[in-house]
This record gives sequence, structure tokens and C-alpha cells, in this order.
Amino acid sequence: MTTTERPDTLRRILDHSSRADPYPLYAELRRTPVALQEDGSYVISTYRELTGILHDPRLSSDVRNLARPMAAVEGRATPSFINLDPPEHDRLRRLAMRHFGPPHTPGLVSGMEPGLTATVSGLIDGFADEQRIDIVDEFAYPFPVTVICRLLGVPREDEPRFHVWVNAIIESIDYDPRTDPQEKLDNGVQATKDLREYLGGLLEVRHGHPGDDLLTRLANDDGPDGRMTDEEIISTANLLLIAGHETTVNLIANGMLTLLRHPEVLRRLRAEPGLVVPLVEELLRYEPPVQIIPWRAAYSDITVGDTVIPKGSQIMLMLASGSRDPDRFEDPDRFAPDRQDNQHLGFGSGVHLCFGGPLARLETQIALTGLVRRLERPGLVADPPPYRPSPVLRGPLHLHVEQG
Amino acid sequence: MSSAHTLRRFRRDGRVVIVGASLAGLRAAEALRGEGFTGSLTMIGDELGEPYDRPPLSKQVLTGWVPADGTTLPRRRGIDAEWLLGVPADGLDLAADQVRLADGRRIPFDRMLIATGVRARPWPVEAEAALDGVFVVRTREDAAGLQRAIAAGPSRVLIIGAGFTGSEIASVCRERGLPVTVAELGPAPLVGGLGAMIGEVAADMQRAHGVDLRCGVKVTRLEGDAQGRLRRAHFSDGGTVDAEVAVVALGGIRNTEWLRDSGLAVGVWGVACDAGCRAFDLNGLVTDDIFVAGDVARSPNPIYEYRFISLEHWANAVEQAEIAAHNMVSTQADRWPHLSIPAFWSIQFGVNIKSVGVPTYADEVVVAQGSVSDRRFVAAYGYQGRVTAAVSFNNAKWLDHYRRLIETAAPFPPPCPTPDQPADAKPVPVDFPGPTLLAQGATVVVTGHDPGERRVTVMRQHR
Repeated sequence: MTTTERPDTLRRILDHSSRADPYPLYAELRRTPVALQEDGSYVISTYRELTGILHDPRLSSDVRNLARPMAAVEGRATPSFINLDPPEHDRLRRLAMRHFGPPHTPGLVSGMEPGLTATVSGLIDGFADEQRIDIVDEFAYPFPVTVICRLLGVPREDEPRFHVWVNAIIESIDYDPRTDPQEKLDNGVQATKDLREYLGGLLEVRHGHPGDDLLTRLANDDGPDGRMTDEEIISTANLLLIAGHETTVNLIANGMLTLLRHPEVLRRLRAEPGLVVPLVEELLRYEPPVQIIPWRAAYSDITVGDTVIPKGSQIMLMLASGSRDPDRFEDPDRFAPDRQDNQHLGFGSGVHLCFGGPLARLETQIALTGLVRRLERPGLVADPPPYRPSPVLRGPLHLHVEQG
Repeated sequence: MSSAHTLRRFRRDGRVVIVGASLAGLRAAEALRGEGFTGSLTMIGDELGEPYDRPPLSKQVLTGWVPADGTTLPRRRGIDAEWLLGVPADGLDLAADQVRLADGRRIPFDRMLIATGVRARPWPVEAEAALDGVFVVRTREDAAGLQRAIAAGPSRVLIIGAGFTGSEIASVCRERGLPVTVAELGPAPLVGGLGAMIGEVAADMQRAHGVDLRCGVKVTRLEGDAQGRLRRAHFSDGGTVDAEVAVVALGGIRNTEWLRDSGLAVGVWGVACDAGCRAFDLNGLVTDDIFVAGDVARSPNPIYEYRFISLEHWANAVEQAEIAAHNMVSTQADRWPHLSIPAFWSIQFGVNIKSVGVPTYADEVVVAQGSVSDRRFVAAYGYQGRVTAAVSFNNAKWLDHYRRLIETAAPFPPPCPTPDQPADAKPVPVDFPGPTLLAQGATVVVTGHDPGERRVTVMRQHR
């Protein structure tokens, strides 16, 4: 099972020239479900091995458990719950969930529906008459940003400021000291500091002020688990702000691209709006915005298949590859909007299952339904479109569409 | 005639009778149609009305959140069956391939499925069981009656038996602010299913929620007033408690009496069958045309040394129903064994309890993850050095991992630490109530000498 015979496959996946279609490379990777890399890290690419390890309590999300420290964590403050293990992870996630979902805040996401629909309509009104539009810049990006700003209580007009920081952070997530300039890492570290400082400023004024946004609620809540410290609130807000839009923008853009490539499905969706529910699930399988979890650590020795991954090893989880595994999904490279038994890895699995999944689903459902209803005969200008740099959070940089 | 030809003909226009119109019966019928069986299908059930789901009866129905008649099982597909409801099956004639109903009708079949489940064990003293305010909870009529009684705000509810059903009902009553006494013969709640360590956690949980928990006592008498209403209960330790409602939660009785003269391997422990759900006859020979699924089935599990195990689990009923249906319409070579790891769940006192494997098949238990005092943990069970089960309290997302440990006969205690492993994790004896609670009299005797004439016959003494 373990081999280093194709150490170049991962490298080719990470290379920007593969961004438009990494899927044949994932297939190549799956021939070795657990692949030891030259640097001692392990890459897991098959569905069953991925779901197995995602439910394995010995898989740590805390990079401080890596035998070789990771460059990108240095200088970063209190980890957010995505980078922590139980019981700390569970406590912080539970504290955040109190204000976001059942049982304490049921109906929050579904209650956002009218607002989401209005935002989508407003954005489309803005470009409905234009001949050529960029779905990314004019729609897929501003929509989730508006939503997460409103939810968290971050002023929408500050977007130009945090946009720069978020970009720098995203770029540094997959930092590789062998190929990337130190500058990329430094930018990411500095941007994290700046963003935290900015969020700290927003938080400061919220103590003692009852209010409805998430920051205010976190600042004033006393549940059975106590209260988050300011440091923890900032880390949580930092995570929710970034994850709350950087992934959805790609899901919407990948979704529209997929619909433009499958005009019969686009027409079907127009006639049959209920199709959007399974269709978004299929998108999460077929073109997921989160393709890779690049750094997990073996807390102790973990056996996956026939391979023992030694304690302290770095583990990369190729989620997008798992969701295209023919041993799990029938005809996996086909986009089948009403696919049954679609237990994809688009939101991960296990205790770290995507916190914002319910919101991302609803946003994408409303976004795609709105677009196909309002755009008349949309056509793709460039196929493939230009892609953003990251292989981890993968999506088009621009998606130019012409209306005929 | 080839067996393949016979099977093809059976799949096209054979006659299947399913006795028991609840979860296992319905899912088996759907699976049969899903497998392409186009012959006649007859569903026999002693209750009137469509098949319904039972887990909500001790939970959402009692809180009043879901009406008792609101738990009808969703249909996965049409089954085009003839429904004979409201009349129990009364006998099985294996020589004539007929099921006999209580009203005297005889229903012929080519293959049949036994899915008659269990019924609630009633309070043993009939006059006391008949008192106004004394309930069992198995059917939706039971649940509806108890729900009304609880909603009326009784001065106190007595729950007799602190297994899963009793504990869930105690939890619902406390949620509604009712004073609750729980009487349990064993040393702690849930101890029969999960052992002494978890039993202690469950006892703390009940007491922390204001339950008046009395362990190691037996309810000796239920006392009524002149109007036949429950007033008081007397305990073996001489104590009493005044209560207007008593819930008898003493487990179930398998519905096998109707099969007593059938020649099948039947007893208080259920109907014995192979891992493919084919019933055994009295001599321990597998039958060809009689299948069993659900709570009433008792089958050997290879993971647990081929011991015969019967389970009253929702998922087990569904899985066995699907296996039985598949095997009914398949050739010997295509038959499937039922090899899944048992799993069940319960919710009580705000805690989600989930289990995989067979916790009673264990000699040691260890808290593998989390913290018992926070009531967020996973306990792993081991038998002679391998993992055989796991139970989670508010930590269910890890159980897939433990299921795989069980499937792969992983060593116990699990040797590799996790970030949330308690510092003082030490295996302790699992400690279940002694075998005397489980002992049953012999149910059969063997007669004959030559291999060709040795046979088993039933002894009539068993309850």
C-alpha cells in the first residue's frame, strides 16, 4: 500500500498548471491509497481510507503535534477550533454553535432565506443588463461576503481592508518552503495579525451591549460551558469570517461553471427548482471548494489499511479525490444532479464536519437558482476559466459569462 | 426441474407471507419488491392500522411533541400487499405450509417470514396491572394513554425498571417537572445492558436530575383505592411511595407462543436462525422456506464466537429484514450473511447515548476518550484482550472508529493514545448482574439413539 514510486503526483497536483482539472491526477494518486512522500508526510486519497481516518481519534488537527514544526503556524496566536482537538475543540465549537444552530438557536439559517434571496436579487439586478459579466467578482464573491458580514457583525464597507488580509492568509495556507518564497509566509503571518487586531477592535465595543450579531452574542453569552475569552472569540470570528466566504465563493463559481458545461442540467434546473437541493450535494462531491486538508498530524501511530503512519507524521487528506473514488461512487466523473447515496466529503466528516455547511448549502442553492432564472442564455467566455492559485481552496479567479 | 428454474418461478408468482406488520415486516416487504419479487405478498399483524415506529413512543410522544398516531413508518416504495390486520397468527403448519390465524383462517405460503417482535412484559399481578394509572409502553395506544396521564400532572410517577425505556420515561417526566421515583432491582440503571461502571454514571445522572432512584429493591405490591386507581407502591425494603402513575418497564417477552407446536427452534429467547435469517427447526437443522427477522430472531454472530444473539435494536430489525428478503429470493450461492455490528441509541437527561457492538460480551471496560464527570466520553469494552463494544455519552461521532476496531479484532485496551484520553484511563471489570438473572430452565430434551432417529422434543414447563 505504501510507496514512494510516484512522488511527483502530489507535486503535479499542487502545481498551478493542473488547477483546471486535477481529477486525472487524483485518479493516479488513488492507486496508492496511503502514499508516503519523500518528506515523510502521508497522502490519503481513497474514500474508505479517508472516512476511516476522519473518524479516527488519533488524527490530530493541532499542528503542534507534528514532529517537524510547520512553518506557517509560527507567530500565530490561539488556534481556532478547526485547529484544535477534543476536548478544547468540542468546547469552543459548542460555544459557537449555541448562536448558530439547534438546539439553542434553531431556525437561524432557514430564517436567513428572505435576506439571502434579496441579496441575490439585488446583485443580479446590478448586472442583469450587462452583456458580459464576471460571476466571481460581481456575484459569487460579494454575495457570501455580505452574508457573513451581516451574520458576524462586521461592517460590509470594511471589505476592501480585510479582503487583502484574507487573500494573504489563504495564499499562505498551502505554504511549501521548498517552492514558495518566504515572503508568502511572512505576508500570511502579518495578515493574520492585522485581521485579529481588526476583529479585536470590533469586539471591544460589544461587551455589555445586547445585540443580534454573532460577535455581540459571543461577547455577552454565559452558557453551561462558561464564556469564551476575548482571544477565543477573535480566533473564532477570524475562522468564521474567512471560512464563511472563501469557500462559498468557490462553491458558487464552480457550480455555475458546471451548469454552463452541462446546459441540459441548467435548463432542467430552470424548470424544476427543487432539483437544486440534490444538485448542490452533487456539486460538493463533483467540484468541491475544499479539495485538500493539507495538515493533520498523527497523535500516535495510526494504522490505515496496511500502513502504519508513525506518530508525529504530517497527513494530507485529499477530500476531492475521495469524492471521486470509483470504489465508492458509481461513475464518479459524471455530474449527476439527482445522484442517490451521495455521502460526499465536500464538508469533511467526523467532529470537524464543516460548521457552516447548512449556511453554505442554502447560499449556494439560492445563488444558483437565482442565476439560472435571471440570466438569459448565458455562455461561457473561456473554458477552462483562469483559476485562483490555491490547490486547497480551489475555484475560478474569474468566470466571464456572456448573455446572448 | 433445476433449482434456478424453481427460484425464477417463485420470484415471479410465488406466495410470501410475512407475520408481524411492524418495522421488520414492512422493511422486508419493501426489500422483497425492491429485489424484483412480483408474486403475492400477505402481511399479517395483530394490531390494527399501519406499521409505525416505536422509538419515539418513549421520547417525543411522551413529551407531547409528536402525537402517538404521528409515528407511522414512512414507506420506501409501494409493496402491493394483502393486509390481514387485527388478527394474530395462532400457529404454523410446516407440513402444509400454512399459517393459522386466531380466527381459524389458514393462509398458504411458499416462503414465510417471522417478524412478530416482542411485547411488553406486563406487571405480573393481574389485578394490580389493571389498576387505573398502571402502564406499559410498547404500542402506540400504551404511549397515548401514558402521555395523557403525564399531561394531567400526577403527584408522582413511579417507574419500575431502569433499563433504557424506563430511564427515558423518567427523563421525560423530569423534563415536565413531575416528581419521579425509579425502582430498579439491579444495583444501578442501565446496568444490565452496559455494566456497573456506566450504571454508576447513569445513576448519578438520574439523581442530578432530581429522580428519587432506589436500586436493589423490588416493587412487591401496587395498591389501589376503592375506585381502582393506583395510590401507592410497596417495596421489598419495607418502604412505600405514593404515586398516581406507575410505568412497568421490565423489558419484553418475545412473541413466539404461536410457534410452540410448529417444530421450529423456538423458546423464550426467540426463534433461532442462521446468519442468513433462515429459521432452525427443533433439531437445529436449517429450514429452506422459513425466515426470521427483528426482535424475535436469534442468530449466531461470527464476531462474537458464533454465539446466538437476539437484539431489540431498530437498526438490527431493518438489516435483518433486508437480509431475509434478499435470501428469500436468492439461490444458495447468492445468499448474504447478516454480519453488521449491532448499534443502538437512547436519549435521556439531555445526554445522547450510543453504542456499537455487544457490551454484554465483555470482561473489561475502559474510558477511552473524554471525561465521565462531564458526561462526554467514549467507553470501550473488551473481552479477553480484544475490543468488542463501545458506548458514547454525547460523543457519538467517534463510534465509527470503534466499530472498525471491533470488526478488525483490535487489541483491548486500545494501545494508541488520543488527545482526549483521560490521564487515568485504566480498564476495570465490566461487572454485569450475575447469571442467575439470566438462567432459564431446559426447554427441550433429546431422544433416540441412532443418528437417523435422534430428535429433539419440547418440554412444556417453560414459561
